[in-house]
Amino acid sequence: MVFRHRAGSGKLPVPPLPTDRPSMQVYLPIAEMSVNALLVLGMGWLVGFLSGMFGVGGGFLMTPLLIFIGVPPAIAVGTQANQLVAASVSGVLAHWRRGNVDVKLGVVMLGGGVVGTAVGVWIFGILQRLGQIDIAITLSYVFFLGTIGGMMLVESSRAILRRRAPTAKRGKLHRHIWLHGLPFKMRFQRSKLYISALLPAGIGAVGGMLVAIMGIGGGFLLVPAMIYLLNMPAGLVAGTSLFQIIFTTAAATLLQAATNQTVDAMLALLLLIGGVVGAQFGTKAGSRLRGETARLALATIVVAVALKLAFDLFSRPDDLFTLTMGVR
Amino acid sequence: MAGLSKRRLVQGAAALAGLLLGGTVAATVWAQQLVADLSSHLIAITTGFTGTEVVLFGTTDGAGDVAIVVTGPRAPATVRRKERVAGMWMNTDSLRFDQVPSFYTVAVSRPLDQLVGRPVLERHQLGLPQLQLPADATLPPEQLAAYRSALIRNKQRQGLYAISMGQVAFLGERLFRTNIYFPANVPTGLYNVEALLIRDGDVVSAQTTPLVVSKIGFSAEVSDFARNRPVTYGVAAVIGAIAAGWAAGAAFRRV
Repeated sequence: MVFRHRAGSGKLPVPPLPTDRPSMQVYLPIAEMSVNALLVLGMGWLVGFLSGMFGVGGGFLMTPLLIFIGVPPAIAVGTQANQLVAASVSGVLAHWRRGNVDVKLGVVMLGGGVVGTAVGVWIFGILQRLGQIDIAITLSYVFFLGTIGGMMLVESSRAILRRRAPTAKRGKLHRHIWLHGLPFKMRFQRSKLYISALLPAGIGAVGGMLVAIMGIGGGFLLVPAMIYLLNMPAGLVAGTSLFQIIFTTAAATLLQAATNQTVDAMLALLLLIGGVVGAQFGTKAGSRLRGETARLALATIVVAVALKLAFDLFSRPDDLFTLTMGVR
Repeated sequence: MAGLSKRRLVQGAAALAGLLLGGTVAATVWAQQLVADLSSHLIAITTGFTGTEVVLFGTTDGAGDVAIVVTGPRAPATVRRKERVAGMWMNTDSLRFDQVPSFYTVAVSRPLDQLVGRPVLERHQLGLPQLQLPADATLPPEQLAAYRSALIRNKQRQGLYAISMGQVAFLGERLFRTNIYFPANVPTGLYNVEALLIRDGDVVSAQTTPLVVSKIGFSAEVSDFARNRPVTYGVAAVIGAIAAGWAAGAAFRRV
């Protein structure tokens, strides 16, 4: 005979009963929860595939996915930085063999990335003290994913339409905008560019800020910036951005582990096993895709994630109250 | 490697011994009207842990009812309330509770309201409405009640506070047993399992049995490593990731 508490509100889910059948459940020591190993491997594969195909780290997809299966947000962010290191290394190797990495440009971007990460950590601290870090993270996701994704969506659809109508006037090969008048001009032989070093460094700095605040590699921002602002050859963009992401995500992993202890090695292991395998297939698939088709596909995914996050922000949550154990 | 888990076991055993001593003193005072024990005093969270069940069994010295209260280690908790701001739902107010049990469940042999009055329920914190959750700030009673019920509701959703009371089954007049279920997300720490003997509308005997929930083996080593040497752990995580990425890249060279 079972009977209810007086406070029992009637509609709550019953806790799962123990089962004797063997399962694929794995206990995550830092997240302190048990997850289905196959599910996590699959998520890692999917994100790794996209990472290899588009040259984005896929962090912007992994954070919402991990939070969706119940991983605490801080641990989702810290752990995926770790798995992104592996995915980026394996992705860069594949691009490296095809000669698709501009190391010089990557190093200049990385210089800016270090400064950006430091600034991002500082901003993160301020938001945390104000007690609004959660909504700040969600809003920056919606803003960055929405604008970048929207711009890419428009541009790539236009490019595809132009391809289908060959009579249309072809755009100028190189448009000269004010950004190209900046000082500290540098020659990047591999990319056949002669541009100001401030430009790639600035892009790297914004990417570094995103690593610190949003816990992502920032590829979804770096890739279009490199295409549209630097006019870099499309084939080099993925490899070069991944090259830079290795270092920013490694730094993020170290910081997260040392200060917050939010890197779950077990979760990272599962994600990276799925991720490195997926990245290989992604790189192969990406090399067969036309540039504008790949951009259209990536833009669609980015916009979809932004819309989902915006929807969650504006729709009434099931429970207006949330509970956090611990001091904070 | 084995040293780490061994140290944990020793720590757990020491804590256990202390509590057992306390339990013995109480049992002497109550003249052994109630004796209860658990099928296991240690819940080991290993890599394959998906939740477990512990059997509590015992005997009384005659007719009576039994209530079991399981309380997890207490810790502070913050409840945040969302409000609509410019169309978006964001955290506006919060209330901090001290000493919130991380886990709480009750099992009884008969509905409590048939057994004892409210003062007894409150004294022994029997049942969620009687659970003491001291708040950090003073609020109007109705607001405090909203935060309190939100805390309980969130805990119930996580499966850490029981939604309904468990059943203590009697075999004959004196022998009783109940199963206590601990889900996969059970917090680690020292638990208190309290067995109460109820007669004529009052608790006449009580016994407290400790229960240790601890990570054992690989998962314990990982969390010890992460906690005790965080920088080394971070470096190891990065090196491991680079090695894994490199290995995969090399393995797929021919694909």
